[in-house]
Amino acid sequence: MAQASNQAKTQFGYRRHPDQDRAGHDVAEHPVVVVGAGPVGLSLAIDLAQRGHRVVLLDDADRIGEGSRAICFSKRSLEYWDRLGVGDRMVAKGVVWSVGKIFHGDSQLYQFNLLPEEGHKRPAFINLQQFYAEAYLVDRIGELPAIDLRWRNKVVGLDQRNDDIALTIETPDGPYATRAQFVIACDGARSSLRKMVGAEFSGQAFEDQFLIADVKMTAAFPTERWFWFDPPFHAGRSALLHKQPDDVWRIDLQLSRYADPAVEKQPENVRPRIARMLGHDKFEFEWISLYKFQCRRMDRFIHGRVIFAGDAAHQVSPFGARGANSGLEDAENLAWKLDRALRKSSPEALLETYHVERSAAADENIRESTRATDFMAPNSHQEARLRKAVLSLAKETEFGKRMVNGGRLSVPSIYDTPLSTTDSDGWRGGPRPGASMPDAPVTSTANEDTFLTDSFVREGRRFTLLEFGNGADIDAPQEIGVIRIGGEGGLVDAEGLAIKRYDAEPGTAYLLRPDGYVAARFRHPTRSALDAALARAAGLD
Amino acid sequence: MALSTSSNFAKPDDAFRAIVEAHRGLSDEQSADFDAALVLILANHIGDLDVLREALALARRRMIDASQQQQQQQQASRE
Repeated sequence: MAQASNQAKTQFGYRRHPDQDRAGHDVAEHPVVVVGAGPVGLSLAIDLAQRGHRVVLLDDADRIGEGSRAICFSKRSLEYWDRLGVGDRMVAKGVVWSVGKIFHGDSQLYQFNLLPEEGHKRPAFINLQQFYAEAYLVDRIGELPAIDLRWRNKVVGLDQRNDDIALTIETPDGPYATRAQFVIACDGARSSLRKMVGAEFSGQAFEDQFLIADVKMTAAFPTERWFWFDPPFHAGRSALLHKQPDDVWRIDLQLSRYADPAVEKQPENVRPRIARMLGHDKFEFEWISLYKFQCRRMDRFIHGRVIFAGDAAHQVSPFGARGANSGLEDAENLAWKLDRALRKSSPEALLETYHVERSAAADENIRESTRATDFMAPNSHQEARLRKAVLSLAKETEFGKRMVNGGRLSVPSIYDTPLSTTDSDGWRGGPRPGASMPDAPVTSTANEDTFLTDSFVREGRRFTLLEFGNGADIDAPQEIGVIRIGGEGGLVDAEGLAIKRYDAEPGTAYLLRPDGYVAARFRHPTRSALDAALARAAGLD
Repeated sequence: MALSTSSNFAKPDDAFRAIVEAHRGLSDEQSADFDAALVLILANHIGDLDVLREALALARRRMIDASQQQQQQQQASRE
C-alpha cells in the first residue's frame, strides 16, 4: 500500500530470548503478555511497568509501521502520555491545533474551536505521524527494564486454561512455548488473537472509498483542520486538509464507491486531483493509501484471560480521530485494573468493568463516526436531500451550522459504571462521577506555575483525593494520594479556575481513580463515605 | 412535553393553505427539497427530541396504514 518514499523510521533486531530454550514443565510463566507493539500495546506496557509489573511485549514485525496512519492525538491521550513520561516529546514534535473550518463549495460555512479557553497544560489536539509516536514510546520502553520487548515474535497458538494461558510463539528460530496469567491483545483490526478465541467482529461496512495522500510541501495554510463539502476542486464529494510535522500535509479525498483502487492510487492519477486542490503541483508524495472502512466491535472485550484493546476490539471510521485515541483510553482504563488484579488488591471481577466502560465508549465512538460518515456519504436520495437542506440552512442559521457533520472529534467518554458513587450532595457543575478530571493551572508552594494534571502525574498512580482546603484536615485512608488546593501547604488556585471547573467550595473533595476519572465527590466527605466510595471504585463491595 | 395533536391554529385552513401555496410552481424535486428544509427548520424550533420522535412515529403510521389499505384492496379485488 505505502509508497516507497517514506521508509520506516526505525528498524529493530530480532534477538533470541532464553525463554526459547525452555520447554515442557520448565516453560517461562509471565504475569502479562501484551501482543502488538502499536501505540496501544506500547502505552499499556509502559503503564503496567510503571505500576511495578514485568511485561512481555510481542510484535510479529521488526520495525515501526510505514506511513502516517493515525495523526490526531487528543488532549486526553496527551495527558495519558504525560503520565507515561512521553508527553513533552510528543507535543514538542507535534503540530498543535484546536480550530477546524468547514467549507461548502468555495465558501466557509463555519469554524469551531475545540479548546476555546486558556488554563490547560495540553492543547485540544496535536497532529503527529503515528510512527513518531511509536518511536518515542519504544524509546521510553528502553528506560524500563521491566518490559521485555520481543520483535518478530508471532503468537500462533493460544490455549486457555483455568489459571493461565499457554502460548505458542513463532520466531525466526522456530516456535517456543510460554505461559501467561493474562494476555492483552493489542494486535490491531486484523487481530489474529481475536480469531484464535473465535470471537465475532461484526458491524457495518461502508462502500464509499477514500483516498489518503500525505504530501510534502511548504505552504502557508494555518494549522487548522479544513473540511470541504463539494469543493470546486473535487466536485460532489468531500475533502480534508490537515498539517503534520516535517511539512507533511494529510489530504483525504472521498472517491466514488465504484472507483478502482488499483487505478486510483497510482501517483500519476492522484497528482492532478491534489494539484487542483492546492492550485499547484509543487509537492511530493509521502504516502498514498486507498481505503474503505468498517464500524464494528467485539461483543465482549474479555475472553477468559485474553483481554482485547484498541483496534483489535473495535474499529471506527477515521473521521473524528476516534481510533488511536480510543485505544489509548482502553489502555489507561485497563492498566490500573490489571495492576490491582495482579496484586490481588481487587478481585479479578474488577476487570469486567473494563469491558463495561470501554464497550460503551466503543458504541459511542461507532455511533459518532457512523453519523459523520453517513453525512459525508449519504445512503439514499432522501438522505442526500436532507444533507443538502442542512448545508444550505447552515449559511444563514446557527442550528444549520451545528447540524453539519464533518466529523465530531474525539472527547473522553463519561462512564455509567458500577465503580461510581452516585452524588448525594448538590452540584451546579464540575465533572460528575464517571467523567475525566478537567485540568486547571495552579501554583505550587515553591511558587512554580504548574497544572493539576502535573500533580496527578506525581500522585495519580493510585486512588487520589483532590481536596479543596477549608482549614480542617480530611480524614483520608492511608493508601490514597492527596492533591490539596488552598489551605496551608496546598496548591494555589490563583486564577480561580480549579474552583470554577470543579464547582468547588471549601471542604469539597473529589475521589479520582488511578486513570484520572472521578469515582465520587463530596461537599464535606466523612471517613465512612470515603471508605465506601473507595471500596466501590476498587470493585471491593 | 408530549406531542400536541389537538388543533393549535385559530384558522387551520389558513395554515394548510400557506403550506400548499409555498409548493405552487415547484417541480416534485423542488418540492421535496423544500419539504426537507422545512422539516429541519420546524424540528429545530420544537427543539425536543421526544416530541420529534412522537411526530416521526405518527407520520410513520401513515405509511403503514397506507400499505395495509393497499393490501386489503388487492385482496378484495382478487376475491
